[in-house]
Amino acid sequence: MNILNEGKGELNAWMDPDDARDWMSEKKSRELTDKIMPIKEAVKRFTFNGGYLAMGGFGHVRVSMAGIYEMIRQKRRNLIMAGKTAVHDIDVLIASGVVDRVECAYAFGHELRGLSPSGRRAVEKGKVKVVAELSNAAFQWRFKAASMGLSWLPARVMMGTDTFRYSAMKTVEDPYTGKPLCLIPACYPDFAFIHVHRCDKYGNAQIDGIVIEDRELAMAAKRLIITTEEIVSENEIRDAPDRTVIPFFMVDAVCETPYGSHPGNMPLLYYSDEEHMTEWLTLSQNEDGVMKYLDKYVYAIDDFTEYITLVGGVKRMEYLRKLERLEAPLSTPWRRGERNWITIPLN
Amino acid sequence: MASAAARVLEDGKSVFVGTGLPIIASMLAQRTHAPNLLVVFEAGGIGPKIPMIPISVGDSRTFYRAVMAASMDYVMCCAQLGHIDYGFLGAAQIDPYGNLNTTCIGSHDQPKVRLPGSGGANDLGSLCHRTIVLMRQDTRKFVEKLDYLTTPGYLTGPNAREKAGLPRKTGPYRVITQLGVMGFDDDTKRMNLISTHPGVKVEEIIANTGFQLIIPDNIPYTMTPTEDELRLLREQIDPNGIVIGG
Repeated sequence: MNILNEGKGELNAWMDPDDARDWMSEKKSRELTDKIMPIKEAVKRFTFNGGYLAMGGFGHVRVSMAGIYEMIRQKRRNLIMAGKTAVHDIDVLIASGVVDRVECAYAFGHELRGLSPSGRRAVEKGKVKVVAELSNAAFQWRFKAASMGLSWLPARVMMGTDTFRYSAMKTVEDPYTGKPLCLIPACYPDFAFIHVHRCDKYGNAQIDGIVIEDRELAMAAKRLIITTEEIVSENEIRDAPDRTVIPFFMVDAVCETPYGSHPGNMPLLYYSDEEHMTEWLTLSQNEDGVMKYLDKYVYAIDDFTEYITLVGGVKRMEYLRKLERLEAPLSTPWRRGERNWITIPLN
Repeated sequence: MASAAARVLEDGKSVFVGTGLPIIASMLAQRTHAPNLLVVFEAGGIGPKIPMIPISVGDSRTFYRAVMAASMDYVMCCAQLGHIDYGFLGAAQIDPYGNLNTTCIGSHDQPKVRLPGSGGANDLGSLCHRTIVLMRQDTRKFVEKLDYLTTPGYLTGPNAREKAGLPRKTGPYRVITQLGVMGFDDDTKRMNLISTHPGVKVEEIIANTGFQLIIPDNIPYTMTPTEDELRLLREQIDPNGIVIGG
């Protein structure tokens, strides 16, 4: 095939599919083994400095914040992160010095809440480098190519733009149509975290609602840590196998972290905590505030259970559950910079 | 602005929506003339009855009473396959050919302002049959040359999209701002003025556009929002004033 154009972005987390096959064959087990472990141990065993990280979920939705906070506590450094609509997760990872490079489809923003003060500042001051750009579909298809055991997939996005020029893609002439086609290279992240609704001890994981990119991401990741709202019996999984999105042999660790997506949304269980997000967006206006936030919610505590107590415990979670079921009014204190929100009382 | 955008959407058609005002306009269309507007969200929500503004285009509101809770792969394939009539986007900068910037102001490697990036915008702008852009109009945003071309409009003009490899018969269709509604000239693919909002003079539009806008002879006013539309927006769709009035 005739190469027409090449983007100048860095190609990260790509592997020859034969090497990927060797990895899956040797490093992943098809044996049913109990993989339950504390999140501390999972982070220690399966993440490493300089690695390529991808998070399941989308924006602040179904993101394994329990995994994020633990990587910060263990002082992981120099990670490259998949900015595949990364919001609060990438914000705190950059602010704490864990992530210093980003492959960016969407980062440094908070969707409807506006831009992220600290994420923006980090890029504008050169603390964080955007090593490649791409689109959301292109990211999804990087994982899809990997999940198919291929080195790339063709697609009709990105072409003609600077998004392509700063990407790691190539365009070629389609041998069938003669038209230009964009080749999306596979992405095999070194480690990924996916937060799910339920999972058994072997790693058979079920997600309710939209699965976003997680079916493919789970297959593409070289190491996969599942954090789950609850651990259920193997029987419960087998009662509804059609709900299983990730089968056990993709999974390296299973960590039980109820409310593990807070302050994000866990579809059908609890809505995002907009007061907490406002606290972050307000504090992260400057570096002192960033440190204050991290000290309070990450460094001063030992694990995620303590964190949930700190952010308001059962009472707060019950309110977020009501919000999710549309039974309580949504307050959006970040709206237009109004800072008249009240600090969440501890129960 | 929300009302003008909502009216572009037709009942029985599909729209892929980005965050913010596009969601409001789609919700308004669903509650007025287009109850069967098929709304699609990039994280996988297909055909929801959106109960309130989602904060994320992936949160649980985006598949509330939907016909399908799918995946990003699935909805992006739907778009690549040709099922999506409209793509609905916002932007920080737009040029005469409807190309959009949501990545950076200044240079890419040392930006003055770093913006979030493409997200799904490049995909929507590449794959949907018609792209609608909603944004504020001033000379910093409507520019002759973008700082960075995130999402394709008509690129450099007629046939440029096809030459680049993008699907045929696609491209920007309407640009809706606080001042008026713009479209694109069939021959040159450059932006032209379609209507000004009630009370807005053509001169005002020209003064707020940083490039030569094609101005036809007769410019009508955009239809005024109805009482019903305003009530729906204020009472039902965005009672907190998250997006409108901002």
